[in-house]
Amino acid sequence: MLNYILKRLAIAVPTLLTLIVLSYILMYAAPGGPFTREKALPPQVIENLRARYGLGEPLYKQIAIYVWNIVVHFDFGPSYIYKDRTVNDIIAQGFPVTLRYGTLAFFVAATVGIGLGVLAAIYQNTKVDYAAVGISIGAQVLPSFVLAPILVLIFTLWLGWLPGGGWEGGKWPYVIMPVIALATSYMASIARITRSSMLEVMTSNHIRTARAKGLPMSHVVIRHALKPALLPVLSYLGPAFVGMITGSVVVDMYFSTGGIGKAFVDSATNRDYAVMMGVTLLVGILYILFNLLVDVLYAWIDPKIRY
Amino acid sequence: MMTRHFLLTTILAVTVSTPVWADKNPATGEELAANQAYTYWMLDSAKSLDPDLATSVEDADIIRSLVEGLYEEDAAGAIIPAGATSFDLSPDLMTYTYHLRPEAKWSNGDPVVAQDYVYGWQRLVDPATASEYAWYLELAQVVNAGEITRGEKPVTELGIKAIDDLTLEIRILAPLPYFPKMMTHQATFPVNKKAVDQFGAEWTKPGNYVGNGAYTLTEHLVGEKVVMTKSPTYWNAANVIMSPITAVTINDENAAFTRWQAGELDRSTVPSGQYPRLKAEYPDEISSNPSACSYTYIINLAEGKGNPGLHDPRVRKALSYALDRNIVIDNILQAGQIPAYSWTPGAMDGFKMPATDYAAWTQDERNAKAKALLAEAGFGPDNPLKFTMNYNTSEGHQKIAVAIQQMWKQTLGVEMTPQNFEWAVHTDKMHAGDFDMARYAWCADYNEASTFLDLWTSYSGNNDAKYANPEYDALLKDAKTMADPNPNYTKAEELLAADMPIIPIYHYTQVRVVKKDIKGLPTTNVLNTWYAKNLYRVAE
Amino acid sequence: MALSTIDRGALAARLASLDEVQGRSLWADARHRFARNKAALTGLVMLALCFAFAFLGQALSPHTYDFTDFKIMGHAAELGAPSFANGHYFGVDDLGRDLFARTAQGTRISLFVGVIGAVISVVVGTIYGAVSGYNGGRADQIMMRIVDILLAIPFMFVLILMLVMFGQSILMLFVGIALLSWLGMARIVRGQTLSLKNKEFIEAARATGVPTIVIIFRHIVPNLFGIVAVYATLLVPEMILTESFISFLGLGVQAPRTSLGALINEGAKTMTYGTLWQLLFPLGLFVTTMFAFYFVGDGLRDALDPKDR
Repeated sequence: MLNYILKRLAIAVPTLLTLIVLSYILMYAAPGGPFTREKALPPQVIENLRARYGLGEPLYKQIAIYVWNIVVHFDFGPSYIYKDRTVNDIIAQGFPVTLRYGTLAFFVAATVGIGLGVLAAIYQNTKVDYAAVGISIGAQVLPSFVLAPILVLIFTLWLGWLPGGGWEGGKWPYVIMPVIALATSYMASIARITRSSMLEVMTSNHIRTARAKGLPMSHVVIRHALKPALLPVLSYLGPAFVGMITGSVVVDMYFSTGGIGKAFVDSATNRDYAVMMGVTLLVGILYILFNLLVDVLYAWIDPKIRY
Repeated sequence: MMTRHFLLTTILAVTVSTPVWADKNPATGEELAANQAYTYWMLDSAKSLDPDLATSVEDADIIRSLVEGLYEEDAAGAIIPAGATSFDLSPDLMTYTYHLRPEAKWSNGDPVVAQDYVYGWQRLVDPATASEYAWYLELAQVVNAGEITRGEKPVTELGIKAIDDLTLEIRILAPLPYFPKMMTHQATFPVNKKAVDQFGAEWTKPGNYVGNGAYTLTEHLVGEKVVMTKSPTYWNAANVIMSPITAVTINDENAAFTRWQAGELDRSTVPSGQYPRLKAEYPDEISSNPSACSYTYIINLAEGKGNPGLHDPRVRKALSYALDRNIVIDNILQAGQIPAYSWTPGAMDGFKMPATDYAAWTQDERNAKAKALLAEAGFGPDNPLKFTMNYNTSEGHQKIAVAIQQMWKQTLGVEMTPQNFEWAVHTDKMHAGDFDMARYAWCADYNEASTFLDLWTSYSGNNDAKYANPEYDALLKDAKTMADPNPNYTKAEELLAADMPIIPIYHYTQVRVVKKDIKGLPTTNVLNTWYAKNLYRVAE
Repeated sequence: MALSTIDRGALAARLASLDEVQGRSLWADARHRFARNKAALTGLVMLALCFAFAFLGQALSPHTYDFTDFKIMGHAAELGAPSFANGHYFGVDDLGRDLFARTAQGTRISLFVGVIGAVISVVVGTIYGAVSGYNGGRADQIMMRIVDILLAIPFMFVLILMLVMFGQSILMLFVGIALLSWLGMARIVRGQTLSLKNKEFIEAARATGVPTIVIIFRHIVPNLFGIVAVYATLLVPEMILTESFISFLGLGVQAPRTSLGALINEGAKTMTYGTLWQLLFPLGLFVTTMFAFYFVGDGLRDALDPKDR
């Protein structure tokens, strides 16, 4: 297993290089650039700007310099839009924010989702099942751009319990609504996948045998059914976790959290190349790491799995 | 012991909570509230707080609190002394001498000297700085500004000189009546060389920032907020009342309004289309004021580009006439915007809005005329005019486009296809001339009509309509040195109405919602220039 | 040597034909079981109604989806509430357009988007994931790293480039949806396959020399139906909402046409301003459709679960 993990980490390097090259090409091929303005800048000013940020070099050279600076100096370049920030600054400000509300949202979504799913499966076709399914579909069709304003309306405007936005370094009252807004639809998906997978496991031979032996239901579920049932849930949770900790534009926009979700979308619309590359790389690294973690956990769930 | 302790706490409490300015506004004598914190809404995050690099409205609003320039604007937009106490103009009208305020200090304690302005200006035009506003000094006709930006001359050749610590001399190429007005822009602010040398690009971060304004920078979190607190070194600190000032980024105007309702913001915006209803609900808090911006559809007139049908001025006029501006304003925007039958907003200082012919007609007359013109140009039911109209994705632009599409369809039988694009793609297509018709808007850089009219000269870098009329160019060139340029501006507007390279739609208003106890926000400044140091909260 | 090859080939052929018989009966069995499942049938009826509304709704309305009534425009809160008298059954939007006709038109687009996204993810994602997981080793490494890269790549730029290269068309919207939809499915299917391939019946098939491709399609894929069906129904709403984002970039649905995602978004913005119907009708239709998809998906899962046989 250790051997496999090391191999995977080694493969991460060419994977990330491919990601860098592809993203660079995409970025440069897209119309508009970091200095596109509705009030067009004079050609001379654009030339000065391009010179300042080294955008005049041929693409392959820019990519080489970019990679070199990362490897040697851990320098991801300056933002072209936020003039006093480097990419490192922007990630250092935004990532802890989304990491905090994203991790919390992940635990809420995973706990509630798996719980609901298991309950629904155990009590299949009873009121419990219908309620769980109803909740999860309701949660799924309430997109965060509908949920966020409703939350603010209820908890800020009507009840006055929670601040309608801001982050303040991640104090509790500021975290609650972003977590709910983000967790809800993930929770619904997790519940549905868990339910389906659980149902499948419950009808499998070894669970039938266990139940035929007269073991108590809770024992069967916890000891025998849950672990194999989590396999597909895990496949979903890996990328979902990355999606959550790298934030959500809607959450960042509605709640002024200053997270990396909005920073990424802004960098894309502003063609802030360096910031966009930085966040893309961060996302890429996280995907690679968490998909590796998921694969390791597969082997824990089903020891027969070999890579 | 007990007493001493009590005394100590009291003293502490008094120094911390009671403002030194006591509880009356020194200027007006109004009773002040204990809470003098001010929180306002920004649509987007501030991008740079460096006066030489700032580009957005949000940046400018903050920088005006942190740094003070030669002059500033009063509530109506007229200039008043700030960092300078007065200026002299030479008889040839080409040398300005500003006398600086001797008591002005930087937040690091150093006095503000003429050399700080010289440094700021040289830095602005220096190609190495790569400022997006480098062209501003060229526009202001400052000697050698353009050459330096193009790298043809060293920065020391710029037409600005420190005669002594308190005297600043600026030389310009030709008389420019509105030069002093241009000195309120942040691009002309002084910059502290020590701070820049020490911290480089990071000098604008909290802790590093050195300004000469009424506030100092406390926090700057991109996407969340910017916080400023009162500066003790500001020369007029005794009259600065509100602190801290917090600018909160909220990208959604509905969310911003809800948070204003919840009391989290003192000032916010009114969501588009909701003005009449909310105004009835909050009559004292909501206001709508003219703003120096115009909204328009431009037509691609470049040779061999765009839609050939639209190259016929009769067609363009027909489209403009059949566009019912009152519907756009009364039924979509609904916030007191002004219908535009000419390009320059009437609110510009000293500008007399010309009466273009079609402005005076009724909509029925316009429609009739439009039908006739279109038929004359050879378009009709069997040969319908078809073209596309590009806009950047936004709910507001989309609503206007859809309504106009229906107007043209219902009145003229014209088939306009609205096409939305992501902002950068839209802008790129517009600059590249890859469009038939496109949405565009322009806001004033300074409070004078030429900031609008210069746009459609054939030599303007922003003339994406590629309108080229030598007569128009000559009118605006001559206007530069005229004591009263208004007759030329009127003629220019008439030319635009005759050739119709652009279809002006409306002039903006600035709609805002402000807590009743906040005073000191100007309502008649068309550039929406405001200074946090002039604000205060009265006791209720 | 040669003989044994023939033997094995014959055996495989016999096994395959056996499978076919069994397969046919599996389908018949599934159909039978689906028909007995009340919830699934209700879902099917609901789904049929949604489709009927989407395709016939405009014919039932006296208004078209794009006609702007300038008399109501801007006064939706006072004049535009749902009413049978003026034929605006769902009320009007801010521009004075009939919301019934618009919801019908939007539902049609969104159903297309949702169904096409789900179908593509099922077909591409299942095959890709099953092949990757079953083959394992280097093939799995490469195939899954490609998915990692595609997950991380700034998708917005892929869409913008498609827009620049192919122009605005509804087809490009579907291509965009297709590109995006299969990645998650591929990962889930691969995970399941990794576990499935060690099961006795697969090992038996392998031992008897059944070709890889046959094992994947005959033995692996049918055992994935449950999770695939559920994940596909999860993708439908996700794709419907993704459509708004793609259209936002200018690639998809163009004004004056609309989609459920766009209608919900517009309605959500004005929900506190006295025009709640602008949110409730599109959202209601969205919810109904999702419930219908869920029951159908769940019914399919139950019907196709090979272990329940």
